[in-house]
Amino acid sequence: MDNGYSSPRHDTFPAGLRVLVVDDDPTWLKILEKMLKKCSYEVTTCCLAIDALNLLRERKDGCDIVISDVNMPDMDGFKLLEHVGLEMDLPVIMMSVDGETSRVMKGVQHGACDYLLKPIRMKELRNIWQHVFRKKIHEVREIENQEGFFEGIHIMRNASDLSDDGHSFSGDDLVSMRKRKDVDNRHDDKDFGEHSSSKKARVVWSVDLHQKFVKAVNQIGFDKVGPKKILDLMNVPWLTRENVASHLQKYRLYLSRLQKENDQKTSLGGMKHSDLLPKDAAASFGLQNSLNMQQNDVAIDTSRYSGSKLQHQNVDTKSHKGDLKEIVSEPKSETKRTSACNIPDPRTRKSSQMDFNHPFAALESKGNYAALDCTIPTPYWSEPPGIQLKEENKPLLESKNSFSQLPMHGALHQIHVDQLQLVPSISSKPSITERENGGSIDIKPLYANYKNDCTSRMSPIGAGVDTLSVQSKSDTVNPQSLDPISTTTLGMKTQGFNVDCISDLEYWQRNLHFGSEATSMPLDKDLQVCWVQGDCYNMNFGFQNIELPEYCDPGIIADVPIHLYDALRFDYEFPHDPADYSVIEEGLFIA
Amino acid sequence: MDRNQSRWQVALMRQSLFDQGYLDEQFIQLEELQDDANPNFVEEIVTLHYRDSSRLISNIEQNLERNPLDFDKLDNIMHQFKGSSSSIGGKKVKAECTLFRDYCRAENGEGCMKTFQQLKKEYAALRKKLEAYFQLAKQAGPTETACRSK
Repeated sequence: MDNGYSSPRHDTFPAGLRVLVVDDDPTWLKILEKMLKKCSYEVTTCCLAIDALNLLRERKDGCDIVISDVNMPDMDGFKLLEHVGLEMDLPVIMMSVDGETSRVMKGVQHGACDYLLKPIRMKELRNIWQHVFRKKIHEVREIENQEGFFEGIHIMRNASDLSDDGHSFSGDDLVSMRKRKDVDNRHDDKDFGEHSSSKKARVVWSVDLHQKFVKAVNQIGFDKVGPKKILDLMNVPWLTRENVASHLQKYRLYLSRLQKENDQKTSLGGMKHSDLLPKDAAASFGLQNSLNMQQNDVAIDTSRYSGSKLQHQNVDTKSHKGDLKEIVSEPKSETKRTSACNIPDPRTRKSSQMDFNHPFAALESKGNYAALDCTIPTPYWSEPPGIQLKEENKPLLESKNSFSQLPMHGALHQIHVDQLQLVPSISSKPSITERENGGSIDIKPLYANYKNDCTSRMSPIGAGVDTLSVQSKSDTVNPQSLDPISTTTLGMKTQGFNVDCISDLEYWQRNLHFGSEATSMPLDKDLQVCWVQGDCYNMNFGFQNIELPEYCDPGIIADVPIHLYDALRFDYEFPHDPADYSVIEEGLFIA
Repeated sequence: MDRNQSRWQVALMRQSLFDQGYLDEQFIQLEELQDDANPNFVEEIVTLHYRDSSRLISNIEQNLERNPLDFDKLDNIMHQFKGSSSSIGGKKVKAECTLFRDYCRAENGEGCMKTFQQLKKEYAALRKKLEAYFQLAKQAGPTETACRSK
């Protein structure tokens, strides 16, 4: 998977995976170290479980996966497993020379994602990255679910507030959230309001129960919280420590995500509003002025791939400020959980940045604000994104090609930086920014959709990619050729408009693996796209060259998905059906 | 010619270790890990193993002298020892470990002691063979250790 573009650290995932090995046997420690190094992983060894825990606690985000022996003198391997799972939420692989079923079962019960038998072969170690990847995907789902879950609680409690809002989350959204949850997370523990009584004694975290939980957490103090303490305070006889522990984990993830969103909110001003109320000028201003968007990329990101979350965000800010403040008031403790969220974040962040910024760039450079449809629907995902995008596309088409070379993945990081510079240029036209806002915001989910529906939509994009590639080479954007690309991409969005961020992220993450392939697109030599999953690898883009006003390249927006899909193309087979183009165009009513 | 002959002898010796069941696949794994960064990896591992396992051996011996025997403890130590032996691919030694643990679970003190004696024999035998092997390998030249047997 080596794409030839080397980031400062590693070329591609899974290379560079950070592994912590814990084993009291020095011989095995050495062997495993050597084996893992041969797999191009970054290895840290510990012969004591305590040391390992301390190491993990110190460097919260310093490790991707833990491999631990079961029998250790100072601490039982299963205990270590529990701790790591609870505190750091990292995937843990157990190993032992004893392969008895009961032991293996115990390992799985305690949360091990795999159980290896000694002697361990190198080929077994080569694939451990899958656990990291799987966990990230699940985390996103969990967060989605939890967002929905916690959201639901808020929504339920403040239904009246919601009804005032033009956008009622309660009814349909809850249902859609739940649906999403159901579909994507059949095996998820806590379904909001659903009774899993058919399975063995699943805990249903009702609103009241969760209230007690939150109360207990706040009473103890988020920093000092622990499942046992919470359990004691909650005083619910049938609840077990394990139930609380797992719920706490999810809660932490949720809060950390909220925290990021909140940061984003504060910096963006009314951005959230813009999602729902595109007519709100304040929102657009907020967007404009949010030069610190890079910090908020996570928030943008989260809002992007989580439609419900965005709603939630809005709902919360509007009606549950009190609660949120309470929850969010402990940012420090959240950082602990960010490690769990961190992994998906960089990726999503980057993608959202890309999404977010591109429209801006496009809009600014073109000044074709008039074209933008101001009336971006509040639940932007319910309207064909094509409407918004088409406008943006036009300007993009005419812009320079330099941007078109940006692969989505790599560009994300840098693009937004450059884009931010573009933002100020908009400020001269406040009224327009609204639209831009709307546009950009819309684009986010659109891209999200892209990712989601890659299979069926790949074809147009795929074809578009080629065209685009050609285009970028010649440094002149051919509007005609780009048009279909843009339209197709847009069309894809229209078609696949579903704010299913889970699959979004999935595809995204899958793309990451093939990020190298995406980067095989003809890119500006300056662009070093190294979309490596797992970490914010330094992407070295020669963006400095890019002139602000010249940015808006349709390729930017088009590129993003194209590159994405280009990558995906390697992964998925999809027919290049010219018929798709026509379908797409129909859906786009491009003026 | 002399060099080739030595290399040939090394290869033969190596093969016999496998054929006679002293070593298993794990040893080959170690050989495969050996590279320019760690040119003496296999030998280092073997040395490390023997250093570490000798204290386990004496630990077991101490515990076998107890009365009554603490089978859980013995099982525990033997578990560790087995893990260590598996690291170098000591096939015969590993087999004895398993047997020992079976006796521990059956709480058969005599069986344990007998097995342990056998285990020590195998342990010492393998150690000797490996020492000779590495010695020969060094004499013959650095390259032959990496080659796989047919």
